[in-house]
Amino acid sequence: MSTLTAPGPPGPATDGRESPRTGRGSATRWIRRIPLHLLVALGAIAMVYPVVWMAASSLKPDSEIFSGSASLLPEVFRWENYAEGWNGLREPFETFYLNSFIISAFAVVGNLLTCSMAAYAFARLRFRMRAIWFAVMLGTIMLPYHATLIPQYTLFYELGWVNSFLPLTVPKFLATDAFFIFLFVQFIRGIPKELDQAAQIDGAGPLRIYTTIIFPLLRPALVTGAIFTIIWTYNDFFSQLIYISDTALYTVPLALRMFLDTTGESAWGPMLAMSTLSLLPLVLMFVLFQRQIVEGISTTGLKG
Amino acid sequence: MTSLLSRRTAGAGPGAGEEPPVRRRRNAMHASEGRWGYLFLTPWFIGLAILTAGPMLVSLYYSFTDFSLLSSANWVGLDNYERMFTEDDRFLSSVAVTLTYVFVSVPLQLAFALMVAVLLNRAMRGVSAYRALYYLPSLLGGSVAVAVLWRQVFGREGVVNVVLRGLGWENPPTWIADPDFALWTLILLRVWEFGSPMVIFLAGLRQVPAEYYEAAHVDGASALQRFFKITLPIITPVIFLNAILQLIGAFQAFNSAFIVSGGTGGPSDSTLFYTLYIYIEGFTSFRMGYASALAWVLLGIIALFTAINFALSRFWVHYEDGGR
Repeated sequence: MSTLTAPGPPGPATDGRESPRTGRGSATRWIRRIPLHLLVALGAIAMVYPVVWMAASSLKPDSEIFSGSASLLPEVFRWENYAEGWNGLREPFETFYLNSFIISAFAVVGNLLTCSMAAYAFARLRFRMRAIWFAVMLGTIMLPYHATLIPQYTLFYELGWVNSFLPLTVPKFLATDAFFIFLFVQFIRGIPKELDQAAQIDGAGPLRIYTTIIFPLLRPALVTGAIFTIIWTYNDFFSQLIYISDTALYTVPLALRMFLDTTGESAWGPMLAMSTLSLLPLVLMFVLFQRQIVEGISTTGLKG
Repeated sequence: MTSLLSRRTAGAGPGAGEEPPVRRRRNAMHASEGRWGYLFLTPWFIGLAILTAGPMLVSLYYSFTDFSLLSSANWVGLDNYERMFTEDDRFLSSVAVTLTYVFVSVPLQLAFALMVAVLLNRAMRGVSAYRALYYLPSLLGGSVAVAVLWRQVFGREGVVNVVLRGLGWENPPTWIADPDFALWTLILLRVWEFGSPMVIFLAGLRQVPAEYYEAAHVDGASALQRFFKITLPIITPVIFLNAILQLIGAFQAFNSAFIVSGGTGGPSDSTLFYTLYIYIEGFTSFRMGYASALAWVLLGIIALFTAINFALSRFWVHYEDGGR
């Protein structure tokens, strides 16, 4: 499990380090750097080109998408793609977005609450077999979800929860995303113990220490936890695919898949329009929380 | 907490006679702390019991049965495993497809990630914007939307073929419809998502002491020599971390193959990822006993390759502090 430990202490990930070379004029260095800039810029364009192409094509009529026109800019802007896509299924897309957001919101609350509780116990409280349980917790992080997939499904099936949001939300209230426990434990270990002790001398028990000291101070880690929970839940496809069959309960990824199945290859404009739209929440999360996302990945290996 | 308490007792009670009450208080406190510990862990314990440990055992049991959700499970012994290795061609091709996918995409992805990280690990104008752009596909790449996009781009009439025809190639391959190429489009999709290992590499590269480079520069080492003699050895732990993370992730890939092949793993099972095969067996054919056996074999495969990775790491991963 040592692989999960941070490769290095966290730091500002956005500024580069000055090259150790010194004594050169900055003008010559700038000129020497032109090929590098060109290379890096071309690479960056190539990287985002597919997504930009998708956004551009979402405004084109199908004939133009397949005409091989080199221009990213549509000759005619076909905004109807969005209207047609939005209402292209039995339910309008606002239903699917709402469903995705509801599931994400419950997942965030569940993860933050129960994972931080478990983390507080592991990081601060002493109880019998703590080391063993901690090792078990770390072990579950690496466990592929397939190992528990079918019995979990049968369990929810017997409970009558299939085709509801419960199989997607209730597990989050049982701290099943152990990765966040690990993340929070690491963070709590960095909170000075003197704070707990001071509160203890004032007569505070673990519950009060958790609610008034640990949970508030854990905020930066909680933000990271919330961001990654939202991204993972919003991007999740597999568990939504197996648990939800009613169109009214469909999430965004399920709706896209249904769109693909029902319209086939005949309506690429609206299909790409809805695909583009579905990426917007992710891009927005990235723009707003770039620092936390990059730090989360670089210090803990969270999959981003 | 111990240190503070013991310091106070030491100061308060020089006489041996005053020790017992203090100790009793401390023990009482520990006892209640133990209760609180388990109380805070209650949700996790319930989850562990009914969603992780319990299901793991049940899934192991199912793997020896013909369980199908709608009918009760009959014990069939090793039949599922036997069938897998002797009669089931789809199982064998899904293993081949998955191993190809993992062992082509992971090294390529790591190579790109390291290369770009080294390029971007310097002060240059706009470097943070570049990093963001290189990272973005990692965030979006796993989504259904991008898989849909891939299906268009590499379709028979997709944009790639439109361009190729424009360049004069009259009969370009049909990519996702061609068993020889379909898997490679998915590998390309995975390699494209090299941003998150790149971010981890960038963090690792920041830890390389600048003095090493200065010394090498004084000795007249070339850029290439500096990379291979300084950078690479120092960041081997980060390479190892990335290799483990990406390996485990790639074995569990599902979305891209499902969307691009329309849930079939086609054409001719050429994109039948192992996870997709588990899904097909368990949730479309409802052979849940067999799917459980498949899942346990996957667990074994992942554990095996992770263990190999750890074992090999002794020969090439160098820890600055001697391995702690």
